[in-house]
Amino acid sequence: MKKSVFIGTLAAASVTAGLAAAGTLDDVKAAGELKCGVSTGVVGFAAADANGVWDGFDVAVCRSVAAAVLGDGNKVKFVPTTGKTRFTALASGEVDMLARNTTWTYSRDIDLKFDFVGVNYYDGQGFMAPKALGVASAKDLDGATVCIQTGTTTELNLADFFRSNNISYEPVPIETNSEAQAQYLAGACDVFTTDASGLAATRATFEKPDDHVVLPEIISKEPLGPLVRHGDNQWGDVVRWTLNALISAEELGITSANVDKLAAAAGNNPEVNRMLGTEGDLGAMLGLDKSWAHRAIAVNGNYGELFEKNIGEATPVGLARGLNAQWTDGGLIYSPPFR
Amino acid sequence: MSTITDPEQGGFRISMLLYDTRYRSITIQIIALIGFLLALGWLIGNAAQNLAALGKPLNFSFLGDTSGYDINQRLIEYNSQMTHGRAAVVGLLNTLLVAVLGCITATVIGVIIGVLRLSKNWIIAKIMTVYIETFRNVPVLLWIIMTMAIFIEVFPKPSDFRGADAVASMKLFESVAVTNRGIFIPSPIFGSGSMAVIAVFILSIVGIFVFGRWAHKRQDETGQILPTFWIKLAIFFVPSIIVFYVLGQPISLEYPVLKGFNFKGGFHMRNSLIALWFALSLYTAAFIAETVRSGIQAVSKGQTEAAAALGLRPGRITSLVVLPQALRVIIPPMISQYMNLTKNSSLAIAVGYMDITGTLGGVTLNQTGREMESLMILMAIYLTISLTISTVMNVYNERVKLRER
Repeated sequence: MKKSVFIGTLAAASVTAGLAAAGTLDDVKAAGELKCGVSTGVVGFAAADANGVWDGFDVAVCRSVAAAVLGDGNKVKFVPTTGKTRFTALASGEVDMLARNTTWTYSRDIDLKFDFVGVNYYDGQGFMAPKALGVASAKDLDGATVCIQTGTTTELNLADFFRSNNISYEPVPIETNSEAQAQYLAGACDVFTTDASGLAATRATFEKPDDHVVLPEIISKEPLGPLVRHGDNQWGDVVRWTLNALISAEELGITSANVDKLAAAAGNNPEVNRMLGTEGDLGAMLGLDKSWAHRAIAVNGNYGELFEKNIGEATPVGLARGLNAQWTDGGLIYSPPFR
Repeated sequence: MSTITDPEQGGFRISMLLYDTRYRSITIQIIALIGFLLALGWLIGNAAQNLAALGKPLNFSFLGDTSGYDINQRLIEYNSQMTHGRAAVVGLLNTLLVAVLGCITATVIGVIIGVLRLSKNWIIAKIMTVYIETFRNVPVLLWIIMTMAIFIEVFPKPSDFRGADAVASMKLFESVAVTNRGIFIPSPIFGSGSMAVIAVFILSIVGIFVFGRWAHKRQDETGQILPTFWIKLAIFFVPSIIVFYVLGQPISLEYPVLKGFNFKGGFHMRNSLIALWFALSLYTAAFIAETVRSGIQAVSKGQTEAAAALGLRPGRITSLVVLPQALRVIIPPMISQYMNLTKNSSLAIAVGYMDITGTLGGVTLNQTGREMESLMILMAIYLTISLTISTVMNVYNERVKLRER
């Protein structure tokens, strides 16, 4: 009798555990809140303001997903993660998705059992050095002390770069971006290396940004994008197509300003109609309602708007679109069609 | 009173397991044990099942894969083309280095502070009390981070040493450079003939011990006391120095010089090592000081008075009567302080010191995604270190404890 109760409990426990791992979409809906892993603070990408409100390019992806799934872009619990804690946080279910300057690599996709749903920023690793150092190229950095965030792909790229150029360096491992900044500004390291976008974001927060230069070499490919746990395809699709909706919206001219008008009645562009739910029911295929994409775009705007508002040339971060322009403008940002 | 009956022999019945007080406690313990094992089995089974469901069954083969990252402080040969296992060993050695350095300095500082706290000088005693209370009552992580922050902000950067109007200069006859990246000190270069100097040096250390024993024996037999300290000091220095000059100074020093971005040559004691070492030592020293104080106070005053009545001088009373007895009380709590220091060294990553937690439990864990395996190895390593410290110190404790006859 007792034994069967025990086994029953055991079975029930494992079934619940199995279920919990299966349907992230249902979990998020049931919780009424999206748990989104972001960085601990990179200006322009993810940073909390004085009131604790998170804002930024990566944060916007979280808000769009929350808007698509829950109908409210503010129903997000932002979980700050470091380069080291992020994957454990996602794998353990502490967060539902990561939108955190994370490079899509083979081993992370395959071995760490994650699914990268797309790329929201094409980046590459660069170096920043004080102008006074008089360094023109990363290849002049023989013997330099390099500040680097541990647990990132940049750590591995750095080792490869210096080894293949046969020059030496002294790595100073650091947990977070702000610590790196403190050490770099105090001169405890000669150069700071991370993704070029991160360098621009960090430089933007300096008192005298002009005293520092980003060296011309880009030593790696760093496609950054949101990711989810492997094996929950429905949830992966939700995040993937929310990102695609933001990208397509820019391509199709849907902005936060005109999305309400376009969604009110079917217009003459069938793809816009399908996306915004005025024609067909793409939302139902995804397990959402008709106006999911409408909400995802309305909450922050389309991809182009997000870029300009958070990290574009008018902001302190001041990044040019470059590779991250729409494919129609010669960039790499490209969404599969909504059909 | 007179009707004592013998307990019933034989005739064991199952019900006695529950109703007989002789068996009941055993029954309860066995049930508790079974329950504990079931709970443990369930936890392990659950972990294994969920790991398998995640597609990550326990597998330690990642230790043989190429690590791909560099480590700044390495006591053994290591580069990014070597394995994760090797990186873990580099980290382990760094942990042991800071633990050993920390334990030694913490003991020295702790004993001094502990003795001074009992000083009859009111100001000294109170200053030591303030030191102990400040360090004991603030988390060690904050001390580590603060030491590092002071280090980085206060000391000059290497570029300050450059140029004609340099704002910083090297200390101690241009031999030591104190920068915010660490302290650069001269390192010895061993030329030909240096082995002879080293051999003489080792022999003189052996000589000091032999002389010490001989002097002790002589004192026991004749009662005469030699000025052993000065003689030992002479044995320590004189023969080595003579050989050093006779052989034409075979050991020279390599001085650090500013080259390129940084100082080159000499030993580089990184700021992370110094900050961690310093903070851990000061923090643990506060606890050790209290242990030492309690040990000294545990020796009854009658002992001191009796020794004084025999005509011993105060210094000899401390070293011959009080300390040997105080050690009995001091050693056991000291063991746990050493273990605490070693375990606290796992906070190293806060200042970027690559200890075993930083390599195996940090970068390796993160690059391979093998959390369970890495943490299991990590726990096993810390457990082994702690048990080793405990064993060694217990052996020592056995030797110094009071022999009861």
